[in-house]
Amino acid sequence: MPTYVRTDKCDGCKGQDKTACMYICPHDLMKLDKDGSETGHAMRAFNQEPEQCWECYSCVKICPQQAIEARHYADIVPLGGQVQPLRGSDSIMWTIKFRNGTLKRFKFPIRTTPEGSIDPYGGKPSADMAKIGQPGFFVQVNGYRAGNPAELIRK
Amino acid sequence: MAGEFGNPEVVQEEVDILLIGGGMACCGASYEMMRWAEAAKAATGVDLKIKLVDKAAMDRSGAVAQGLSAINTYIGPEQDPADYARMVSNDLMGITRDDLAYDLGRHVDESVHLFEEWGLPIWKLDENGERHDGAQGMTPLKDGGKPVRSGKWQIMINGESYKWIVAEASKKALGLDRIQERVFIVKLVNDKNDPRRVAGAVGFSTRDHKVYVYKFKACLLAAGGCVNIFRPRSVGEGTGRAWYPVWNAGSTYAMAAEAGAELTMMENRFVPARFKDGYGPVGAWFLLFKSQATNAFGEVYMQKNKELLNDYPPYGQAAVPASCLRNHLMLKEMKEGRGPIYMDTVTALAKLKETLTPREVKHLEAEAWEDFLDMCVGQCGIWVGENIEPEKKNSELMPTEPYLLGSHSGCCGIWVSGPEDIGAPTSEELAGVPNHLPSGWHWGYRSMTTVKGLFTAGDGVGASGHKFSSGSHAEGRLAAKAMVKFCLDNKDWKPELDTPVEQLVEDIYKPVRNYIEFKDYTTAIDVNPNYITPKMLQFRLQKIMDEYVAGVATYYVTNEHMLNVAQEKLDMLKEDAQKMRAKDLHELLRAWENYHRILTAEAHLQHILFRQESRYPGFYYRADKNFVDEENWHCFVNSIYDKNTAKWTCFKRKHVDLVDKSKLFKPAAH
Repeated sequence: MPTYVRTDKCDGCKGQDKTACMYICPHDLMKLDKDGSETGHAMRAFNQEPEQCWECYSCVKICPQQAIEARHYADIVPLGGQVQPLRGSDSIMWTIKFRNGTLKRFKFPIRTTPEGSIDPYGGKPSADMAKIGQPGFFVQVNGYRAGNPAELIRK
Repeated sequence: MAGEFGNPEVVQEEVDILLIGGGMACCGASYEMMRWAEAAKAATGVDLKIKLVDKAAMDRSGAVAQGLSAINTYIGPEQDPADYARMVSNDLMGITRDDLAYDLGRHVDESVHLFEEWGLPIWKLDENGERHDGAQGMTPLKDGGKPVRSGKWQIMINGESYKWIVAEASKKALGLDRIQERVFIVKLVNDKNDPRRVAGAVGFSTRDHKVYVYKFKACLLAAGGCVNIFRPRSVGEGTGRAWYPVWNAGSTYAMAAEAGAELTMMENRFVPARFKDGYGPVGAWFLLFKSQATNAFGEVYMQKNKELLNDYPPYGQAAVPASCLRNHLMLKEMKEGRGPIYMDTVTALAKLKETLTPREVKHLEAEAWEDFLDMCVGQCGIWVGENIEPEKKNSELMPTEPYLLGSHSGCCGIWVSGPEDIGAPTSEELAGVPNHLPSGWHWGYRSMTTVKGLFTAGDGVGASGHKFSSGSHAEGRLAAKAMVKFCLDNKDWKPELDTPVEQLVEDIYKPVRNYIEFKDYTTAIDVNPNYITPKMLQFRLQKIMDEYVAGVATYYVTNEHMLNVAQEKLDMLKEDAQKMRAKDLHELLRAWENYHRILTAEAHLQHILFRQESRYPGFYYRADKNFVDEENWHCFVNSIYDKNTAKWTCFKRKHVDLVDKSKLFKPAAH
């Protein structure tokens, strides 16, 4: 789309300095209009540069109020369709509405561990300084492919 | 003192290692680096100070921000890193560094196994050959679980949260104190006492009125590839629907070039053939759903035009011809008026359904939609807007505008030091390489560029390619190890910037100064003879590149004369870049992104001009040299940029095979 923010749902993330959509947008597109001087809607966020929107849906997925949706690129796409996710902690649910009214729903897993549960070095060995100049990482999880030495024709 | 617009606070910090970027490469680097730094401290007492700076938020930054439906590089226990290096080489028309590809190939699965452990759902095949999503608790890959291959090297995932998961591990490894988000690094600074060394980097906050000046011993520059230097096919709101992420602005290549780093293969580009307008992925449709691409008359152009492949031996004769040649066969149909080109989804799905149960058919439909929803929701937007259900209506395919990158099916980037144990050359046989540059393919530290202390990974590493998400992560890890070693070897060295901090701040805030000085001269904020908006500057760049440097306007055709005209126009554009305006911090971000785009575009142009052939038919054609010249141009084209004279110097480096490529062309081998 660009993405757009619904005036009836956005609460400006309850007056915090930065909204969730501002935090997450990879392209710095979302902006909070604190006093309404830019949009006429005080304490609502808006997409300040819609023609730079990748439609990555990061803002749509993170918005705690589900206030953000996408109206797909107006210079390309006929009006009337909608693709809307609801992202939970282990799965995402998509509601897909066609221009002709056809509806589809899909649910896909997004992760197999609880959010925030990763213990990056838990159960992993320390790095061995004697090996810092050799191939291989500090930890091996059965994925190092040593290769057939005969394949290296100049060695 | 708190900063204000036009008068920023200057924050200075000295670290040992700075990581620039927050994508897969820097996530990999930070994960590996913290463990080695901890071991280094225990062994030597040296406590390395490390910081990561990202212009966005790590949870959703880089090319994987939206998610992915596949991991495109997973070697698996049954394939050899040499097989991988061969594939990379052939897809990129024979000119890649086998040392880099091989090294990546032997390491990459380590990262994939970690992703699965951290919670990334990876599709699995059961003993009956049925596919299951990645949340069914089936045997993990590391213990012998069978992935769902959508190609020889690709595996399918439920990857909506891929980046979120990988970032979680890296953020925890680093600790939040070592992460600075929403700061855009725009310039590297060389060392005062050694101009061939990097000593610092400067950037600004896109949130607060602050300029950041970092000094360091080493940095990892991994800020992605380059998007939107060519006029895109969609020029309204759809400008944002770039195939590669629209925030990749060539910062990696431009900053490295200005610091004096040797670039390689900047003539290479990627022109993906994708679903038209939404640029949704085609890999699963071709390889998993066995769909075929046809012209408007239902003719399969890869069959119909296959004799064209014989014009480009041996690259057209492998089991899978190079990507550019597949475009070449498609373009013939388009140019001769037999478009549109279609992905025949209707036939493919009907065929699959013949042997499936209703339950399996429902699963198949979900798989087809998930392929887009995981990584390219915009394509679904087009399907719903145009009432396209893939089992009922075929979708158009189209080659996109050109992209520059080093991690996907492209190989432009920076020339780096490779591994030492693979048989890489230690000398340079071709004349013309500037004297100060290293000869041979390794000079001490893996992934270090020709500028001391400057390392790169992912899209930054040139002459390799096909790393994708997992390979970029692994490549970041390789660099991280070497950077720790570099810092230990240089522990008493102190960086000194070659430019005073006040000057750096002035340079960075120039667009803001331009705005403040001249904004009241006219009544219309965007029309002013004293400055140019970043948006208009980008339009100018895109027009030049599209019309003269083989964009879509000319069906990817250029020649020496057109390139020279383009260079004249770019020279003036570069001068005018000094007059860009920034009315706020958001526009300052755009101004610097576009400055990086100009330098990247110029490198691309100069390399195409230097290479006297058309190495990538289907990606670009030099009409005046419309052939592949194996005798004279089976070599790397590398370059260096002199920021003082603003001139490029291009030169050749000899290409050498480290694995036997003839195996690709023997029918029995693969």
